[in-house]
Amino acid sequence: MEIFGVPSALLGSQLLVGLINGSFYAILSLGLAIIFGLLNIINFAHGAQYMMGAFIAWLALTKFEINYWVALIAAPLLVGLFGVILERTMLRKLYKLDHLYGLLLTFGLALIIEGVFRDQFGISGESYEVPEALAGGIHLGFMFLPIYRAWVIVASLTVCFGTWFMIEKTRLGAYLRAGTENSQMVQALGINVPLLITFTYGYGVALAAFAGVLAAPVFQVNPLMGSNLIIVVFAVVVIGGMGSILGSIVTGIGLGLIEGLTRVFYPEASAVVVFVIMVIVLLVRPAGLFGKA
Amino acid sequence: MTLKKTISIACTAALATLSAGAHAQISGGVVKIGVLTDLSGTYSDLAGSGAVLATKMAIEDFIAKEKPNFKIEIVSADHQNKADIASNKAREWFEREGVDTATELVTTSTALAVMKVAKEKDRIAIMNGPASTPITNEQCNDVSVHYTYDTYALANGTARAVTKQGGKSWFFLTADYAFGQALEKDAAAVVSANGGKVLGSVRHPFPGSDFSSFLLKAQASGAQVIGLANAGADTTNAIKQAAEFGITPTQSLAGLLMFITDIHSLGLKSTQGMYLTEGFYWDLNEETRAWSKRFFGVQKKMPTMVQAGQYSSIYHYLKAVKAAGSDDTRKVMEQMRKMPINDFFAKNGQIREDGRMVHDMYLMQVKKPAESKYPWDYYNVRQVIPAAEAFQPLAQSRCPLVKK
Repeated sequence: MEIFGVPSALLGSQLLVGLINGSFYAILSLGLAIIFGLLNIINFAHGAQYMMGAFIAWLALTKFEINYWVALIAAPLLVGLFGVILERTMLRKLYKLDHLYGLLLTFGLALIIEGVFRDQFGISGESYEVPEALAGGIHLGFMFLPIYRAWVIVASLTVCFGTWFMIEKTRLGAYLRAGTENSQMVQALGINVPLLITFTYGYGVALAAFAGVLAAPVFQVNPLMGSNLIIVVFAVVVIGGMGSILGSIVTGIGLGLIEGLTRVFYPEASAVVVFVIMVIVLLVRPAGLFGKA
Repeated sequence: MTLKKTISIACTAALATLSAGAHAQISGGVVKIGVLTDLSGTYSDLAGSGAVLATKMAIEDFIAKEKPNFKIEIVSADHQNKADIASNKAREWFEREGVDTATELVTTSTALAVMKVAKEKDRIAIMNGPASTPITNEQCNDVSVHYTYDTYALANGTARAVTKQGGKSWFFLTADYAFGQALEKDAAAVVSANGGKVLGSVRHPFPGSDFSSFLLKAQASGAQVIGLANAGADTTNAIKQAAEFGITPTQSLAGLLMFITDIHSLGLKSTQGMYLTEGFYWDLNEETRAWSKRFFGVQKKMPTMVQAGQYSSIYHYLKAVKAAGSDDTRKVMEQMRKMPINDFFAKNGQIREDGRMVHDMYLMQVKKPAESKYPWDYYNVRQVIPAAEAFQPLAQSRCPLVKK
């Protein structure tokens, strides 16, 4: 069977691959959206923090024989802690200033972090094996699906919707949302807003590191792996609407699928399609698809 | 005073004058070598600080062995793979710092830019890292040497061997820019010439990170061989993901531009059985091992062909300066072309009038993990490609300097 001259098997497999990439976009853009929504900081170090997650997983395995599953929890905690320190020592001073200052600071930090890793580990990168429990694949009829890729979809969607639930449906989430609306009022009600903000940044950064560990067996672990991805992820956040939690998840997955389709019909355009959509969305709905104008 | 003594004094005096004369012909009394390379970006592992180290080793060895009567200095800089930075730096070196030769020059764009400056300022450019063939064809000039390898040699070596061994149908995964397309074109020509067939190709954006969509297309094509017309992280990610999607070993991969550092970073599990062409391998013989182990002692990585070629080319340059008794560009270039190159890197290597240094190349197959006995034991040498066959014949040259 063919759809627009493309065998449906190929189309199916490309959509599935798009969904996998979309889940990476979703989890990374979610972290960015949370940080922007609550802190008003455009976190340009997100890519570097994602890379740190992958490297910690690799270091844990090769130097200390700590397996994938432990790394999946430990790496986000460590990188999240690193984020907390950054927030306490540097970012905190910038909340009252223009967005540009936060952007410059985090961009500078990203360059420093990547430089240090490049100096230590070289540029070619390191290889991280797929954990044994998830090795191999399933023949779906139309394609061979590596089990690990299926796991990526499950893990990232679980974390994304867990986060969304926490922010939208729990008391903690209500504090967070209230804190961004009017932090002085919330503080007056006896809630420690600065602590909430620190926690939020740490959590956003931990999400990046979680995506990094997920990515380690798929991509070569290399110091620049984050900077290659981060620009697309920013476009996703802009399309979804800066700071919109659900928007970033849905847009991430949607754009992954669109990118997958572009690769079938016109592969040369697959790197720009996200930005074309971004331009159109900005023209039609400047606040993004899910943003509040 | 005996006659014998008189003669000996006369000889000494004559020698002294000679060497003073030679000394006077070295500008500033110093031969200054500039290493202009990628010290921080994509190519910093295959060239980078390792190329600077190789240059230092060449200078030290030359001083120890040949005892020159001139001083040698080295300067180095990061061109960040940008042509404008490279040409500005080269200009500064040539005009103000008395640098005699700009060397290494990884990435074709920076190499071409520096070649122009060298020609204008009448200094020498020696290239080891860059790959593209225009360096010794359309853009060739008489002050440049392309030393280690080029895309023709790699495509020719790998594509021919794989096609001859039964890999008759090909599909290309090509980086969508000038270099990738040139590499695909070179390789496709070799495939067809050897009785193979190209079933199709897919162009991926550069740089990419997820190649699964493109690999699925290659898989659907049913081709026996997937030719990777890309480099660096694009190649390593594509290989890794091909293994993940069960494409290898059903279909085989041919890396058209790969270095030992790529194999090292991927590991043998995902690269085993691949064919690639190299200009050098550390574990070829006693000589290559001895030099490479010295290199490893400092760099903690075995040398790539670019780094070994850098050593060899710098040593050859210095020998030419000594033989010419001058650092004058014309005289040194003449000596460099005249003298054959015989060291651990090349046997009877020769620099042609188009600037191409021709030497034997090696067709390698990556070992299975079980075959690898010690660190960096990665290749089986499948074929030595003789110099005459490895590189583009002069008859096909598009360089105006080649008399036909």
